[in-house]
Amino acid sequence: MTFMQVTLQLFEGFKITCLIFIITLVFSLPLGLLVTFGSMTRFKPIRWLTRTFVWAIRGTPLMLQIIVVFYIPGLLLGWSSLPRLTAVLIAFIINYAAYFSEIYRGGIESISRGQYEAGQVLGMTKTQIFFKIVLMQVVKRIIPPMSNEIITLVKDTSLARVIALAELVMAAQNIVSAKALIWPLFYIGVFYLVFCGVLTLLFGYIEKKLDYYTV
Amino acid sequence: MALLEVQNITKSFHKTEVLRGVDFSLERGEVLAIIGASGSGKTTLLRCLNFLEVPEKGVIKVGGQVLFDAGDGSTRNEKTIRSNRLHFGLVFQQFNLFPQYTVLKNVTLAAQLLHEDMLRQKKKEMQDRLAFAEYKKSLLGSIERDARQLLDKVGLSDKIGAYPCQLSGGQQQRVAIARALALKPDILCFDEPTSALDPELTGEVLRVIRALKSKDRTMIVVTHEMEFARNIADKIIFMVDGRIEEEGTPEQVFGSPRSEKTRAFLVNSKESYSGKE
Repeated sequence: MTFMQVTLQLFEGFKITCLIFIITLVFSLPLGLLVTFGSMTRFKPIRWLTRTFVWAIRGTPLMLQIIVVFYIPGLLLGWSSLPRLTAVLIAFIINYAAYFSEIYRGGIESISRGQYEAGQVLGMTKTQIFFKIVLMQVVKRIIPPMSNEIITLVKDTSLARVIALAELVMAAQNIVSAKALIWPLFYIGVFYLVFCGVLTLLFGYIEKKLDYYTV
Repeated sequence: MALLEVQNITKSFHKTEVLRGVDFSLERGEVLAIIGASGSGKTTLLRCLNFLEVPEKGVIKVGGQVLFDAGDGSTRNEKTIRSNRLHFGLVFQQFNLFPQYTVLKNVTLAAQLLHEDMLRQKKKEMQDRLAFAEYKKSLLGSIERDARQLLDKVGLSDKIGAYPCQLSGGQQQRVAIARALALKPDILCFDEPTSALDPELTGEVLRVIRALKSKDRTMIVVTHEMEFARNIADKIIFMVDGRIEEEGTPEQVFGSPRSEKTRAFLVNSKESYSGKE
């Protein structure tokens, strides 16, 4: 197998990796904000429910969660199992929403009370205060932890192979077992490095863009 | 009739009584300075007036209208509070400017948001899109013009495009003053406006506050600057342990204090003042 053939075959896996990455982000970023509101609400039952949920998600391995989403509906309810990609996406979105929610919460709680009070005495509503004043400051504060978490997501996509979804690592393993070549396994490291490199540059750019104010 | 009437304001935090029945009134155009040691309840009193704290007892009236009555739950719902607090403006000790906005936007933001609902309503009523756009433009234009005028008044017309982090503390506080004035409050309150500033920057802020004094601007200043209080105020309130210990004109309170506590406080603050020199 030539280098070119291997690369092309790995790209098939890389597509799945990118798909998991993008779809997870698109859904878990807003879902995380919803979870944050749940964990910060003054209504106690919702708060405890949300915090228990976050504890359960952060307290168990993502790999296990993928397995649960894929097998449990079938085992417990006799449903036919979900398509592999769907199961992976559900597990990833829920897992990352939980982690993001805690980053958001930290960011929101770090904004000084004076900012809220300044908005209040100027007659703003709670919604206006959150979206017009607090949010942009939170965004700036959470960029470093968010970039950390998002870069972790790139590499976590490799967990999808636990239910035999052919993402990048599995694509390489397939070559290893079919063609008795070991080097493609090392080669995929380059894919991850480049991907994370691009993200690092992107976050650096955003940080710089937001440099015009300090919070 | 007095512009502001405050009756029997009582407030505690976790069983500690911070205000124990405060009564006072203020005429239009008067400047009231509230002095007293730390923990005497001055700031809490100001925060009660701005509805940042809810007193357990008491009544607050502006121009005869009851804005807050602890016995009347209807004065506590969020919407009522939001519209009532517009009678007051507040300048914070820590400025609390919005860091992501320019100086100009800091001053215009609240007025723009206040008019948002009204604009939405107007958009429905006005059939003519062009006329609405014209109307909106002139409204936003007048908000901006007012803001520029206020910034000129506090001496910052050359800084309208700057962000708060590019300004000195004194400049930030002057922006905060312009921001509070933008909504044309009946009563402008200052919570130790110079306490977070370096000594060399207090002068510019005090000068701006002094220049605001006019026959129809009513102000309440909580301050540790005794000289300033003496010069600017028409009325002084000296607080001890959540009560008004002494109240009167600056001449009375500073010149011939009736209370022993007032006398001791004034002597002490004078010593620390001259110690600074």
